[in-house]
Amino acid sequence: MISLSHYLVLGALLFAISVIGIFLNRKNVIILLMAIELMLLAVNTNFIAFSHYLDTIPGYDPLAGQVFVFFILTVAAAESAIGLAILVVLFRNLHTVDVEELDHLKG
Amino acid sequence: MAFQTFLFYLLATILLFAALRVITARNPVHSALFLVLAFVTSAGLWLLLEAEFLAITLVLVYVGAVMVLFLFVVMMLDINLARLRERFWSYLPLGAGVGLIMVAEMALVLWGRYFQLGEMPRPLPLPADYSNTKELGRVLYTDYVYPFELAAVILLVAIVAAIALTLRRRKASKYQDPSQQIRVRREDRIRVVAMKAEARADEMTTDK
Repeated sequence: MISLSHYLVLGALLFAISVIGIFLNRKNVIILLMAIELMLLAVNTNFIAFSHYLDTIPGYDPLAGQVFVFFILTVAAAESAIGLAILVVLFRNLHTVDVEELDHLKG
Repeated sequence: MAFQTFLFYLLATILLFAALRVITARNPVHSALFLVLAFVTSAGLWLLLEAEFLAITLVLVYVGAVMVLFLFVVMMLDINLARLRERFWSYLPLGAGVGLIMVAEMALVLWGRYFQLGEMPRPLPLPADYSNTKELGRVLYTDYVYPFELAAVILLVAIVAAIALTLRRRKASKYQDPSQQIRVRREDRIRVVAMKAEARADEMTTDK
């Protein structure tokens, strides 16, 4: 039977895959942004799993997890829109998405 | 129950495979498409967790808007893939090491007694006329209405920021500036000049 642990470990695996993705793709800004989206997905799955399994515990609002995910989705959408806008302007000026080219402020 | 168990393992496997392909695909368009697959599979998992409104919202908003935006940007940028993939696999030992340690630590805690079916049993089946959307709306507009309004402000800020960052004006186009138009004063447009009066027509002598 599927318990809460299954979903939480799935969330942990997704989060770890996203961290590995940041390690591997340290040069490519686009894949970094996608790894951040994966991280948010892992966290959202955790919240919804808790919201589902906390139904039977008295004293907890079972929908609080889902409301939280609602707001995380909002903020994640806003953040990826702004992140991609920054990326587009960066590409306009530098013609590359290589992270190592972003050293204009270095002394 | 056995079907739900099978469905969970199937969706979880597809989700983990898609996530791995997101970070290892060579072509960023493939990465974006595997991310779409990951989100759609997650929506299926959220349906298993009886969060129907959020599962559909994930598909509509995240896949339908955010991932389409990602695909637009990825396809618009002309990326030199060879430079970006240099020394890609050389970071794998450290990355995989850190990732495995994180998973091991988290699994040690999360697979413990407190999250298994003993302490957190499976919830009872919901009544047939239960509407997740209605319940979420009931809670969102009463208890959480202030964060709801704040989320609207955050979206407004995101719109303004994205436009302000990327707007380019065409220098050659002429356009009206309404604030300057209404600030105009009479003295800027009209100048009264005092001139000597012309001689009357019947006083003018003809040149004969």
